[in-house]
Formats: sequence, C-alpha cells, structure tokens
Amino acid sequence: MTTAERDPVLVIVQLVGGNDFMNTVIPYTNPLYHDARPGLAFSQDEVLPIDDTLAFNPHAGPLKEMYDEGRMAVVQGVGYPNSSRSHFRSTYIWQTCEPDTIATEGWLGQAIGEMDPDKENSLTGVNFGRGLPQSFVSKGVPVASVADLDNYGIMTGISDPDRRSLSLERFKNMYAPVAGTGPVMDYLSETGQGVLSGADDLKKAPARYKSDVEYASNPLAKSLRDIARVHLADLGTRVFHTSHGDYDTHSRQEMTHEQDMVELSRGIADFFQDLEEHDAADNVLMLVWTEFGRRLADNGSGTDHGSGGGAFLIGNMVSGGMYAEYPSLEQPKLANGEDLAHTYDFRGLYSTILEQYLGMDSKPIVGGTFEQLPVFN
Amino acid sequence: MTTTEISLMAHLMRRAGMGATRDELEALVTQGYESVVDDLVHPERFSRGDPDIIHPYLHGPLPQEPSTDDNEDILLRYYRGIGAPGASSPGKWIFHMVNSKRPLKEKMGLFWHQVFACAPSKSAHPRTNRRQLEMFRRVGMADFRTILLELSRDPSMLFWLDNNENHKDEPNENYGRELLELFSMGVGNYTEEDVKSSAYAFTGWSFVQPAHGAVPYGKWATRFDFREADHDYGEKTFLGVTGPLDGTDVIDTVVDQPATARFIARHLYNFFVADEPPVAAWNEIPPLDPEAIDTLMAAYFESGGSIAHMLQVLFNSEFFKNARFAKVKSPTELVGGVLKLIGTYRQANPGIDHYAGATALMGQQLMAPLTVEGWQTGSGWINGGTLNERVNFAVEEVSDPDKPGIRAIIDRLGRRNGSTLTPEELVDGCLELVGPVEVEEDTRQELIAEAVADGNIIFNGNRAVTDERIVNMLQLIVSTREFQFG
Repeated sequence: MTTAERDPVLVIVQLVGGNDFMNTVIPYTNPLYHDARPGLAFSQDEVLPIDDTLAFNPHAGPLKEMYDEGRMAVVQGVGYPNSSRSHFRSTYIWQTCEPDTIATEGWLGQAIGEMDPDKENSLTGVNFGRGLPQSFVSKGVPVASVADLDNYGIMTGISDPDRRSLSLERFKNMYAPVAGTGPVMDYLSETGQGVLSGADDLKKAPARYKSDVEYASNPLAKSLRDIARVHLADLGTRVFHTSHGDYDTHSRQEMTHEQDMVELSRGIADFFQDLEEHDAADNVLMLVWTEFGRRLADNGSGTDHGSGGGAFLIGNMVSGGMYAEYPSLEQPKLANGEDLAHTYDFRGLYSTILEQYLGMDSKPIVGGTFEQLPVFN
Repeated sequence: MTTTEISLMAHLMRRAGMGATRDELEALVTQGYESVVDDLVHPERFSRGDPDIIHPYLHGPLPQEPSTDDNEDILLRYYRGIGAPGASSPGKWIFHMVNSKRPLKEKMGLFWHQVFACAPSKSAHPRTNRRQLEMFRRVGMADFRTILLELSRDPSMLFWLDNNENHKDEPNENYGRELLELFSMGVGNYTEEDVKSSAYAFTGWSFVQPAHGAVPYGKWATRFDFREADHDYGEKTFLGVTGPLDGTDVIDTVVDQPATARFIARHLYNFFVADEPPVAAWNEIPPLDPEAIDTLMAAYFESGGSIAHMLQVLFNSEFFKNARFAKVKSPTELVGGVLKLIGTYRQANPGIDHYAGATALMGQQLMAPLTVEGWQTGSGWINGGTLNERVNFAVEEVSDPDKPGIRAIIDRLGRRNGSTLTPEELVDGCLELVGPVEVEEDTRQELIAEAVADGNIIFNGNRAVTDERIVNMLQLIVSTREFQFG
C-alpha cells in the first residue's frame, strides 16, 4: 500500500428521522425507563446487557459483538443546547454546526476542502444515495453523489465511442465557468466538471471488487457495499456518506425500529467484515449519528421528537466503551420537562474526529472549542 | 408573431404546466397572454380527458357513473385491469401532467405535494394516497381555508403525521406541529404552547375503512372519521384565541395570520417565479423580491385567501414575466418537459413508469418525499449524482429522430431555410425549437464549433446524415447548464 492509501478514511451513516437512543442503548434496570415506556420498554430478559445498567437493543446483536470486541465507542447524550425538535432544522444544525443562524457550509464539505485544497480529486468526498446532504456542501468543494455505482458517467447513452468522446469534450467546454453568470451557473459548472473527472475513476470500482461477504438486500446494505467497493478500489476517497432509515417512529415503533436495528447492525458488521477480509479496515472510522433522540415517555405506540440522542464511533483505532454520560431519566433533569437532555455537545464529537483522527484544525469548522473525547487507541 | 411573444408563452407554459409544443405555443400566442392565464386558472372550462387518448387496450364499458372526483378520468380507466398496461400512481400522474388540458391543475397538485409532503411508503393504503392527489386537484386552487380543512381531513396525511394516534388522553403532536411549521405559518410565528393546543384541537380527527371486505384489487380508500369520544373538548388557547377550540377553529385562526399569507406567497414565488433559499431559512433570509411577496399577500387578503386569484396576479405580473429561466427545473419538470419535447406518450401506452423512475433517480420520487419537509429545491436539485442523471436522461430521450417531437423539429428546420442550413442556423434553429432556450454566448459558440466541423446541412441530401446531425445538436443542447433552468 502507498502512503496515500493509508490516509484516514471517514464513513458517515446518518440515521434519518431521529433515532430513539433510549431503545438502542437501553437503561434496562432503571425503573424510570419502564415507567415511562409502558408500551415500548424492553424487558430485562430481552435485551443484550453491556453491564448492570445498560444493554443493547435485542435486534442489534452485531453491534453488541463489535462493542464486546472493543471496536465501538458509544457516545451518550449527544446534542446541543435548546435542541430543535424540527427534523429539518436539527439535521441542518448537525450538518452545518450552526445552532443559532442559518448556515450553508457543511462540516464534511469543509473537511474535504482541507484534505484536497487544490481539488485534485473530485472523489475525495462521495455520497451514496439520492440528493446531497447539507454536510457535504461547501462552496468550491466538488463532491460526488452516486445513486447507482454500476451506471455512473455522463452521456452513457451514446453508444458510438468516438461520438461520445467528442460530445464529452463539448460538454467539458460548455461547462467551463463563465464570469458573471451567477452562483447557480457556477455551481453547475463545478458539478459538471466534477462528474466528468470522477466518473471515469468510479467506473473502475465494480471491476476491481471481489468479495465473499453477502450483504443483505436493503438500501443501507447496498450503499455500504458500494462504499466498500470504492474504498477497496483505492480511488483516494477520504469521506463517505450514506443515510439510513425512517427513524421517525411516532407510531408503530416496535415494528419499524426493529427493522431499523436489524438492517443497521447487520449492514455495519458486514461492511467491516468485508474490509477486514481485504485487509483494508485499519484506516476506516465510521460515525453513526442522528438529529435528535426521542421523548422519554412513549405515546402509546411510538415516541415523539426529543432532544439528546446518541452516536457511535466504530473502527479498529477506536478504544471501545461508553463515553460522555447517559442522560438522567429523572424529572428535574429532563430537557423541556420531557426529553432526555444532552450531556455532550456534538461539536466536541466532530472536533475529536477532525483533530485526533483527521489531524486538522477543528475550530473554524465547528465554530469554537469544544470538549473532546479520548476515544482513540 | 415575435420571438419575444413565443418566449414569454413558453415561459408561462413551462411554469404553469410541463411546457408546450411549438404548434401549441403559436396557437396560444394568437389567443393572447392574459386570456391564456385566465383559462389556466379556470380549469373547469376544459374537459377532463381527451377522447382521442382512448386506447384500444380498454375492453368493456366505461364506468357508468363519474367518480367522486373529476380526475378519476380516462387515464385511471386505461391503466388498470387485467391485460391493460400497468402504471404506478406516479407514472399516471406524469402522464396527466404532460397531457392534461388543465395543466395548471396538475401543476398545483405538484405544488401542494411539495408543500404538504406526504408519502405512502408509511401507508398501507395506496388508494387512500391516490385520493390525496385527487383532493389536491379538486381544491388546489380554492381558498386556503378550504385547502387546509381538506388536508386536515385527508386520511393519507392524518396517517402520515400520526393524527390517528392523536388521542385526548395521549396527544400526538406530529400533525398539530407540522400544520403550523410546514403547512401554514413557518417557525417563529407561534409558541410551543400553541403547538400543544393545536394538537389537542385535532384529537379525534381520524379515518376508517368505509366498508368491510375489499374491492377486487385491494382495499377501499379510507375516509375521514371524527371520533367524538376521543376529542378534547376542553378550553385551550391558540394564538391568543381561547375557547373549546377544535381543528376548524385552529385553521380559521391560522388563515387570518399575515405569517400564513406570507408563507404561501413565498412558496408560490419559489415554485412559480424564482428559486428562494430553503424554507428553513425563511425566517432569517428575506424574500428575493419583497415587493412581489407584498403583491401576492395583498392578493391573498383581497380574495379571502383564493389561490386561483394569487396565481392570476402572479402570472400577469412583471416580476413573473421577467423571471425566465430563474429556476432550476425540478426533476418532474425536466422529465415532463422532455416528454413534451419528444412527443411520445400522448396516448396511454405501456412504459410510462420508466419516467417516474427517472425523476426518482434525479432526486424526486413522486408520492414518496423523504421527509415531511419535502424536497430541497433550486440548486438543491443539483449534485454530482443528479446532474449526471438529468443529462443522461435528456440525451437518451432526444436520440431518436423518429420520435414525433424530434421529427417535427427536423421538419420545421427543413421548411424554414429552404434546403440548406448553415452551422449558425442549425444551432439557433435548434435552440429556438427546443425552448426557446437562452444560452450564454460561450455555450452558443461551442455548439457552433460542433456544427461547423461538418459544414452546412443539405436537406435534400442523405436523410440519415441530416437526422444524425440534428439529433447530435439536440443532445448537446439538452446537456447544457442552461437547459437545467426552466
């Protein structure tokens, strides 16, 4: 392996909709938990205990295994002051590190800009899925977003190779930036040029990939497999992003959340297994996050939007265990009188990753200095 | 007929519908701009379906009675039944958007679908979900109070935002909150207490299956059901109004708020005129054109919240007429516009679902927005993945010279300049007939460079060569940055 291939790589999995952290890492011996969740609490003999107070969700067995192997850090009570209960707003805050004003610069986009200041590789940041998360958006930073890795590239429908390459040349010229045409035209230029340069590289990934790991059949598993294929193709990608779920479990939570947990834990385990088999896991850190946790009490069949949630850091460089504090379930300590409060600022988590793992100055990206965690070996 | 008139009419039809063919544009210019606008906001003047699209696939008699909704029309009858070509609801909808004689009605369906984003993915009731679109068509241009009332009684929405779980003893805030945040006023215009009151006011607003058993192809659509025993009749205070309020009272209060008029005005502006910043930023970032918003708010209040009136004012305004290409096309607009251009699917043929799949790959899966916030519009539609999809789709679709719309362009070019086209005439002619599309001079020069390489086009020469060169030019045009704007 060359030095470049050993650069630290970050994989982000966003749990969309607000994951119920309290039913993911469960305070299973706390009577307040059982009181608050008559419809949704897991009984003590269902859960997968970590210690005397906390246990994993019964459907997250693979996560428990990774935790037991010391490769997973659970960051408890992550959030920010005056947590917004709007999905949109809270997600935006997590993506831009701006709780008070509307910002457009995404934290990952900025980090990608730092990693590749001369824009040498439009695949430094790659999102898998539809649309682009705001966290990836940073002015002047080209990133790729791939809906279908197996058919990626411009004008793939022109079958005559000579004509296609001529058309691609015209395309390239027509997408040259022209001064004074406005920010959207500039953005289109940048995006078009980025697609052109990234597409040819990405095409190499499926051909180079061979694996014994059989991923499950769901969108998250597909995205994680695509991430593995691109990572294993050594295209220089440093930041991967994908999202999972409908974690917005206002009702029928029992069913939906079970499926979420099964897909998530199996998907992550398969992904790391795949990388291990190719001896390519040592420089990969995964961050799993969500925009907020849910309400302490259930509403009969589900849970409403809450505040403090939880995040995971997974990888061989991680010193496994519990970090920050589990939010108190006692009434006076609840946020808004009804939510688990946050005990740790998400910007500290980002700083930890940016400074200790990626080796860059976090202050300009997260907008200040926040307490970091000693999560790395 | 001037190019300016054609350009303006093309602009109107792109925004108020999915565009128009050149022949249609010429007829509409003859009719006159304001008269066309008046027709657009009066869809009842036009028949709901064109008998010409009746397709031989259909066997058996048409339903004897009209359905409860005037849009359960030709198409719904054709794309169904054993042996008939199947199509998903989004596929059918795209067909409607392209072919309807009431284009604005369909476009307003898309508008409300964006504002009141609701997905059936959570629902076990696809028929119920289809009813929501029919409701948007039925009341989409009515007064806003009627629209909010219908929305609050719409089983699909009640299910999507869990109002069937909103009980007087166990309130579920989801609908009560989003009604205020995303559907009417926007954040910052109410308190958490108002949210709680709103949630209580809507307790007991639920839905039922109208009958046991199933129709031949699945369950009946569910219907609104008010559950008196589950409704909170207690006193509550909402935006300063106190009393035993129910959902209707909440809506009555909401529609009188300037914040509501402003919110809807900005949504209409963002959808029909020019791209605004994301909705979440509206509290912090003022409108692009504050006077336009004031004009639309005045139209709201002077007409009792009539959306039709707001639209008429909007389309006839100078700020609208001057906003050509000030919006990034949504995937649905791109796909619908390309279908208009190439002239296929004028009849209910199999395969329309391919086009619903295409919008999904470009980031807009109709009837399945990812969240209740709807889609990120404007430049939010564009990223490496979606731009790739947009370009590839359009290039592929214009590649066949025998598609009726492409053949019409080739024929017009042939008629226009006698038997020969210079490279510049080829470029300018294609740009005009595709839109007219207005491109940067640098883009035009690049297109001319392509055309110059092969010299003049001789129409009475080799037809295959002529076809290929024109198709090649069209492919380049639809791949431009400028083509991404509508």
